[in-house]
Amino acid sequence: MPNKNIRDAINETLKLEMRRDPRVVVFGEDVVGGLGGSSGIEEAAGGTFGITTGLAAEFGRRRVLDMPITESAIIGMAGGAALTGLRPVAELMFIDFIGVCFDQILNQIAKFRYMFGGKADVPLVIRTMIGAGMGTGPQHSQALYNVLAHVPGIKVVLPSNAYDAKGLLTTAIRDNDPVIFCEHKAIYTESCEVPDESYAIPFGQAAITRTGKDVTVVALSRMVLLANAVADRLAKEGISVEVLDPRTISPLDTASILASVAKTGRLVVVDECNPFCSVASEITSLVACEALSSLKSAPVKVTAPHTPVPATPHLEQLYVPSPAAIEKAIRATLAG
Amino acid sequence: MSYDPIMLLDAYRRMRAIREFEERMRREVQAGTVPGFVHLYCGEEAIAVGACMHLLDTDYIGSTHRGHGHCIAKGCDLEGLLLEIYCKQGGLCNGKGGSMHMADLNKGMLGANAIVGGAPPIAIGAALSAQVLGNRGVALAFIGDGASNQGTVFESMNMASCHSLPMIFMYENNGYAEFSGAKWHMGKADITRRAAGFGMPAVKVDGTDFFAVYDAMGAAVERARNGEGPSSIEAVAMRWYGHFEGDMQLYRKAGEVDELRKNSDPLIKFEARVTADFDISAEELREIDEELTEIIDEAVDMAKAAPKPTNDALFTDVYASY
Repeated sequence: MPNKNIRDAINETLKLEMRRDPRVVVFGEDVVGGLGGSSGIEEAAGGTFGITTGLAAEFGRRRVLDMPITESAIIGMAGGAALTGLRPVAELMFIDFIGVCFDQILNQIAKFRYMFGGKADVPLVIRTMIGAGMGTGPQHSQALYNVLAHVPGIKVVLPSNAYDAKGLLTTAIRDNDPVIFCEHKAIYTESCEVPDESYAIPFGQAAITRTGKDVTVVALSRMVLLANAVADRLAKEGISVEVLDPRTISPLDTASILASVAKTGRLVVVDECNPFCSVASEITSLVACEALSSLKSAPVKVTAPHTPVPATPHLEQLYVPSPAAIEKAIRATLAG
Repeated sequence: MSYDPIMLLDAYRRMRAIREFEERMRREVQAGTVPGFVHLYCGEEAIAVGACMHLLDTDYIGSTHRGHGHCIAKGCDLEGLLLEIYCKQGGLCNGKGGSMHMADLNKGMLGANAIVGGAPPIAIGAALSAQVLGNRGVALAFIGDGASNQGTVFESMNMASCHSLPMIFMYENNGYAEFSGAKWHMGKADITRRAAGFGMPAVKVDGTDFFAVYDAMGAAVERARNGEGPSSIEAVAMRWYGHFEGDMQLYRKAGEVDELRKNSDPLIKFEARVTADFDISAEELREIDEELTEIIDEAVDMAKAAPKPTNDALFTDVYASY
């Protein structure tokens, strides 16, 4: 099976789905690029990180549309297009920009089906980049998926590897609800085996990325990579860590989390968001409310601090949950 | 532009239906039978109808919080509308939208919208669908003078211009944004000059004159269907009632509305024109009036008596699957 990185897996999925269904359109800021420029180059961008490279060449600018830098119009347009016969995949370049267009997500797209009495399908995907680690500072580095997971009517997907990215994006595009697909910008080049053909991974089904019996580590997005590495290291000491990647946080696979904690009796949650009202809080609350008696020690949350993301490289490193912090949390649950 | 008498009778019927509907709603709100906020459209009937007479069910409109008139003009079912306003089972949105969020996708009605400036980005999405699918459809957003200041509206005009979308921006300048006058809230600017600045044809018409709206809309729709891009129409028609029903309207001078009723009633103006210039009699129009009074009376009684949604409706229709 060929090795592909996350960027290429997403690009391939977009192409496969656009070939499969003529209603699928892709649009966003500079998903092609070059319009109105002086060079005359046909594809001057292909997306900020090259994710949409080659789409316009294959499908034409009628289905692959550049948009002016107007996020409310882009996201609202996706909503309107989804109500009227298209299956748009809109790009919100950085999730930080939800501040500009949140009304269209919160009050429009998320509520169409409910406030129209179930008489509307809203088949749209918003692809967006999340996460710190690249020195992009306070307005281009947030995770923020917790804010979206709070809102009924939308689904929130967090792929942590190329295989999942492909299968989850396929599901997202074929789904009849609005899906926010959160791509961590610092892991686009992570690769693994990915089949060439199409496949779909259902939402709400966690993946166990390391099997263990002593402690459950629930990790999200890029944090899964860190948790896996820590688990592998601790295995050499005889500490058996189970790493669980929920893959989607709305819907959340609560059953798999509870089953794992029932087995291990210990819980660590690793979440790159700010801690207050976070997915980490939600998961620890879930376990406290539903499985308190199976806990042998207090759960530990490993999150970013309650601060913005600093641009300063060494402070940004302090901001992001580290392997050392994850290891310390695991040891704390084992000591308790 | 030529006017078919059958079209004119249909237009009258829709305008009269809006007037009758809204006057009845006003009495019902005052009697306390209607839940939530209700924003009435009286005085602006010629805008919705002048615009929608050019649209098919496969064309789309985005609406506002003042959306009853748009729904009626676009052909939504009166009983479905009333059931929705009363939040009852069988309403257009099964009672979960209410007055400010009612939609009927089968009629191309993308929803009233309780967020001022919320609908234009959605409407340009419908215009994009028409463009990508190549079905010669058009989309229209009704936009109040208050909403005309919102960034979403500017973004939508710019987007429609960039992509030459089959889109009509129909501004309803009714004189007030909530409790502040249009003479103040858009600075020294003007909706039409602003719209023209986005590189599209922009005209200003008397929104109490059906024919003026109808003609402007005809040109805009033709342009859109021919793939020539968006247009803006600013129709000026003062609203007769408050921002919401119950608004004390302290921002208005005494006698302003009496003056409007006397000199700027779109229905009176329409009747004068069609009875003078076309083979339509006042008696024909009175028959329509009586018929509509009866239909709306019966529909209101039906809606009041209809069953409420059951408690389990709270939990349904959040997702297609979850």
